[in-house]
Amino acid sequence: MRYSSLALLRQGIAGHGGWPQAWRSAALQPSYDAVIIGGGGHGLAAAYYLAKLHRLRRIAVLEKGWIGGGNTGRNTTIVRSNYFFPQSVALYDFALRQYEQLSAELNYNIMLSQRGVIYLGHSDHDMETMARAVNAMQINGIDTELLDAAQVRAEVPLANFAADARFPIHGAFIQRRGGIARHDAVAWGYARAADGLGVDIIQNCEVTGFRIDNNRVRAVETTQGPVAAGVVGLSVSGHSGVFAGMAGFRLPITSYALQAMVSEPIKPALNVVASSWATGMYVSQSDKGELVFGAGLDLYPSYAQRGNLPTTQAIVAAMTEIFPPFRRLKMLRQWAGIVDVPWDYSPILGPSPVGNLYLNAGWGTGGFKATPAGGYFLAHAMATGGHHPISAPFDLSRFARAALIDEAAGAGIAH
Amino acid sequence: MTARRLAEGGCIDRSRRLAFTWDGAALAGFAGDTLASALLASGVRVVGRSFKYHRPRGLWGAWTEEPNAIVDVALGETQEPDARATTVALRAGMVVRGVNARPNVARDVYGALDLAQRFLPAGFYYKTFMPDWHRYEPRIRAMAGLGRVEAAPDRRHYAARSAHCDVLVVGAGPAGLAAARAAAAAGASVILADDRPAPGGTLGWQAASIDGQPAAAWAAAAVPQGVRLLRHTTVFGAYDHNAFGLLERREDAPAGWAAERLWHVRAGAAVLATGAIERPLVFPGNDRPGVMSADAVLHYLRVHAVLAGESAVVLTNNDSAYAAAIALRRAGASVLLADLRPAPPIAAAAEEAGVRVLAGSVVLNTIGRDGLRMVDLGPSDATSPRQATLRVAADLLAVSGGWSPSVHLHSQAGGKLRWDAAAAAFLPAAARPGQHLAGSITGAADLATCLAQGHAAGLAAAGRAAAIAPPHTAPAVAATPLRPYWRVPIRRARQWVDFQNDVTAKDIVLAARENYRSVEHLKRYTTLGMATDQGKTSNVNGLAILAETTGREIAAVGTTTFRPPYTPVTFGAIAGLRHGSLYAPWRRLPADAEHVARGAEMREYGGWFRPACYPRAGESAAQAIRREAAAVRAGVGLFDASSLGKVVVDGPDAAAFLNIAFYNEVANLKPGRIRYALILRETGIVYDDGVVTRLAPKRYLLSPSSSHTSGVVAMLEAWRQTECPGMRVAIHDTTAAAATFAVAGPRAHEVLAGLTTIDLAALPHMTYAEGTICGVPGRIARVSFTGERSYEVSLPAGYAAALWRALLAAGAPHGISPYGVETSSLLRAEKGYILIGVDTDGMTLPDDLGMSGPLRAKTVDFVGKRSLLMPEALRPDRRQFVGLLPDDPATPPHVGAHAVARTAQGMRSLGWVTSAFFSPALGRSIALGMIERGRALIAAGAEVELYHLGQMTRARVVSPVFFDPAGERLHG
Amino acid sequence: MLLITCPWCGPRSEPEFSYAGEPVMRPGPAEAVSDQSWADYLYMRRNDKGPHQENWCHAGGCGQWFMLERDTVTHANLRTQAPA
Repeated sequence: MRYSSLALLRQGIAGHGGWPQAWRSAALQPSYDAVIIGGGGHGLAAAYYLAKLHRLRRIAVLEKGWIGGGNTGRNTTIVRSNYFFPQSVALYDFALRQYEQLSAELNYNIMLSQRGVIYLGHSDHDMETMARAVNAMQINGIDTELLDAAQVRAEVPLANFAADARFPIHGAFIQRRGGIARHDAVAWGYARAADGLGVDIIQNCEVTGFRIDNNRVRAVETTQGPVAAGVVGLSVSGHSGVFAGMAGFRLPITSYALQAMVSEPIKPALNVVASSWATGMYVSQSDKGELVFGAGLDLYPSYAQRGNLPTTQAIVAAMTEIFPPFRRLKMLRQWAGIVDVPWDYSPILGPSPVGNLYLNAGWGTGGFKATPAGGYFLAHAMATGGHHPISAPFDLSRFARAALIDEAAGAGIAH
Repeated sequence: MTARRLAEGGCIDRSRRLAFTWDGAALAGFAGDTLASALLASGVRVVGRSFKYHRPRGLWGAWTEEPNAIVDVALGETQEPDARATTVALRAGMVVRGVNARPNVARDVYGALDLAQRFLPAGFYYKTFMPDWHRYEPRIRAMAGLGRVEAAPDRRHYAARSAHCDVLVVGAGPAGLAAARAAAAAGASVILADDRPAPGGTLGWQAASIDGQPAAAWAAAAVPQGVRLLRHTTVFGAYDHNAFGLLERREDAPAGWAAERLWHVRAGAAVLATGAIERPLVFPGNDRPGVMSADAVLHYLRVHAVLAGESAVVLTNNDSAYAAAIALRRAGASVLLADLRPAPPIAAAAEEAGVRVLAGSVVLNTIGRDGLRMVDLGPSDATSPRQATLRVAADLLAVSGGWSPSVHLHSQAGGKLRWDAAAAAFLPAAARPGQHLAGSITGAADLATCLAQGHAAGLAAAGRAAAIAPPHTAPAVAATPLRPYWRVPIRRARQWVDFQNDVTAKDIVLAARENYRSVEHLKRYTTLGMATDQGKTSNVNGLAILAETTGREIAAVGTTTFRPPYTPVTFGAIAGLRHGSLYAPWRRLPADAEHVARGAEMREYGGWFRPACYPRAGESAAQAIRREAAAVRAGVGLFDASSLGKVVVDGPDAAAFLNIAFYNEVANLKPGRIRYALILRETGIVYDDGVVTRLAPKRYLLSPSSSHTSGVVAMLEAWRQTECPGMRVAIHDTTAAAATFAVAGPRAHEVLAGLTTIDLAALPHMTYAEGTICGVPGRIARVSFTGERSYEVSLPAGYAAALWRALLAAGAPHGISPYGVETSSLLRAEKGYILIGVDTDGMTLPDDLGMSGPLRAKTVDFVGKRSLLMPEALRPDRRQFVGLLPDDPATPPHVGAHAVARTAQGMRSLGWVTSAFFSPALGRSIALGMIERGRALIAAGAEVELYHLGQMTRARVVSPVFFDPAGERLHG
Repeated sequence: MLLITCPWCGPRSEPEFSYAGEPVMRPGPAEAVSDQSWADYLYMRRNDKGPHQENWCHAGGCGQWFMLERDTVTHANLRTQAPA
């Protein structure tokens, strides 16, 4: 059934007894043309694009738990494409352009809210660095503007504009096409659309190993039995290293817990996504009224999906230092996801060292914004065996050349 | 009829009347009231509006589980949005407002939304508002949210404490008290934390006797000497290795003292005696104001002497509500008790007390616009509202659906849960290592069991026996089992599961129909359990209905994850002292006061608070910088370089070690000589630069840049300990020990000549000597970051101010001018000296800076060497360090402007401007930058186009050394 | 918040320590190392789920590096070891 106001009206009158399942709970088949490991937004998107653009017929998404339950359901829902390098811009702006028409394409309201993403600058040096970034973005066709302090005040009136602030606000840059989207809806929307194209979504199905011969994946072992696969896509944020290990290779990735938290809901008090380089924090207000925010990673590798208190404190201190009125609000809930952080913070896409096995990994702390791109290029690689031009620079082989795509370095941060 | 205050009884002080306002109306309560009890006693029935349909809502609970009574509270300068009225102690002068309603919660115009409820089921917004979400969103946002946050900064103070103990007991109810008592008797150091104002928990309102005393009196005396009792303190989080986060609210703190304190407690063992929370029952109209938790009704009666209603109906599926029914009757209310169970033996006692009991009954509907007026009752197997057999007038409906143990901390610590069918609750499957469980968290329902469990847990946590008897109380009468009952099977009726978020049983059925059947999908699709109470009252009912709807066992459905905090925690308290100047304290120069006194414009540079320049009256910063620069070039200037690192590397292997650590050769440096050197990351990236001084054959002094000193020290230590463990070398950061001032300019030596015993004539460029300065032993290094003859004079930091003044005084006849960081940056730019982090970034390799010599010449396998041979490092088109002469000699380009090449698609970046100034010495604008194939462009004398925010300018690519390229002035 | 046993100072709370990466063998000499093995050394990591060997530095204490074997799922400390 197509979702619309009219459908809602009809069902409302009829008592909502006619809504179909958003996706089927399919039974696992012994063999598929394409198997995608990981039912997050990326994996579901990959299945959708494989079915829609590459016309593959028998496609399965294997999800260990419930779809959208990994980082898709744990992030701070920010979308943006304000990157420094042309390769990154091509990748992330592709994703943002997909997002811009995704509700219509999927017939599922993902609540894309292009309210603007603003980065505050706290010194002359910050502003020079921002100028360098904004110019790079403009040269690459991204809608960014440099703002002076007065313009910033109009965007974030509750920020700390006191002259004696520890981080005085000198200016900012903003990408107005950036914003937030409803993270669960992205997963559910892709799932519903993929299901509509015949994709089998198998929940509670954990992949436990690969059957590899002659360096080619032939099948995957699962808790529901073995599944033969023509081609396999790996889209398991938080476990990329584990699956690489199962397939016999390593990745330049370390997995960390990344915390996020929400306040109790309040009336609108923040109308953009606000971020600050000096403190590393990013905060937005959800449509429900909660402040949703985060900052740095927990400080050591972890696969435990929870954060620790010292880091929680550092994150809260960072947010309230920039927005002192928010000190009086309360933390309602704090959680963490496991992020696969590559050495250069850029994703690893395309062929793996094992034949028939393709990677969509290493999105670090920024995977949600890239969901359509991750899915699109994984589908492309699985269907064609090679790279789309946009994903080519992100091949695993870049490390052996030291051809990193290091956005932090590009932003002028030595490390 | 509504609730009223009783003439006597309760734990309130009737002699202390506390006036407050509620939505503008003047009301009053007594000391000992919570905001909720004062509102209840004042006859206020509607305390809030539900989130989605704006239904009128009354109090449900009496403590942290409250979903409805969310209010904004202001008192003096402080404002708390989204306060839970049930846990806020009433204070005189409080200004209290209902939230999320217009004009107020009593008459909310948005209440009309409820008429459209059939079109607004769970997740309706995913199916509509397309494609114009951006048009609807602002209106929906304005409707959402609860309280309002004021724009003024929060002025309250927050503090932090840390503590260790042998045993942390969480909860000072009967089980927790018994545990703390036993652990203390066994000799353990004990912290007992409880979120209520006084220990005792349910003993405050449940009638019982312990050790021959009334239970409340026993509780008041039960905390033994030596136990650290933290009242008003919520253990909100359980973290790794028995670390706990606690929030202490200090309601009696004097003005200016911390209102809240965050505790880190590391416990040898913990006893979780966290109690249980009463569950609602799900029946038609169960959200009407006047429908309350039976336990809360008893709490308000006994603790606050508030009778919640005169005509009460009690609905229960278990024995626990009988106490409330009997107490209500004794306080003068008429009471009808409907028990879902067919023939509970406990009914006899209630009937004896004057309570009418209807066994095997359920509520089929409630009536009353803004508050309960009537209740329809019928048989407990009813499936239609027409099966109602009795309609009674009632202003109170006290409900008990059983108890949900507070397993939050256990779960946060990684503990598993199991569904216990008898208790109809999720219980801890087994305590975590180092943790013990006692009381209702284990499903224990009676006082005797709770006390016995607490006693045993206390001893187990202490790990020792104790000569103390467990607290004694009358053994429990055998209870009749609870009857699990999850909703009235009437399909069309609206039966609430999550009160605040307006999630009804129908929403759960819809979610299941649409295949949002994982408990997490259910939560996210319907928002069940996502309200400010985080599902304390709604979770179990919701997933039981999901289980029923999908034909699964509750155990198979499972729960959502419990996350910190147990109850919401103020951000201010979490941040604590990490705020303002303490967030990231500035490092200050030892002569800081001298600069401030001189009117320096102070700015932050990499964590240091340093003079940018010293503007005179009426002078802008830019003018001051030009004046200072001219003074240095023409005469002499004085610069505080104390923040520059001073790292001493000592030992027989110092030379060999540093030759591995540094890019440049430093082992062949002669004692007394100085060399400029880079230090790389193992990736080959330039990490830092600075001068290296060989103080003695086995002793070096490094000068990392101000903001990189601790990083360089950490890096050297890492290499010393991991890759060079056999080397005899020690590394000391002595930066804070000395003050260093640069005396720079053609007349620098004239200033110093009279102040030092060091023979400056025998001190050529890039050498150093020790001697006395102003009579104090110190050192002078002849190095230059300005291109002028320059001496860096160092004395122990305590002499900083005196030395600064002495240098100024000695320089006065020569026109000495202090100069700041910005001036220094200009002077070095004229010379083409790089600033790390300004002209370099996380991609810069030494060859990009034109420093390829050491890679060719050095045989040692130094840090980062192999990376300089990687394909990316050898690319011919790397960005290289260049100078830029803008076409417009009057205006320097913007730092961050990009050099661009035109392409078919538009433009391509070739690199960027890293520094730009108007050079007084050259009388024109200059810039530095990193440009693709820069050295070839210099050789060709090429021009590039510069892009900045849509504007194009041009510049010629030249050598970065603009001033005195031969370096004659350094030696002059 | 971890409780980590420094081999020199005993059990201390996490904020005193800094994580310093997986122990990796540095190949050398530079001239004899292939691009691939150098990249493996620089970038490739085991990133184990479960027991994981890590370097830590007691930066806020004795300043010494040591090896900690830690379970990255439960955060249990399995053993610590001072450098040989």
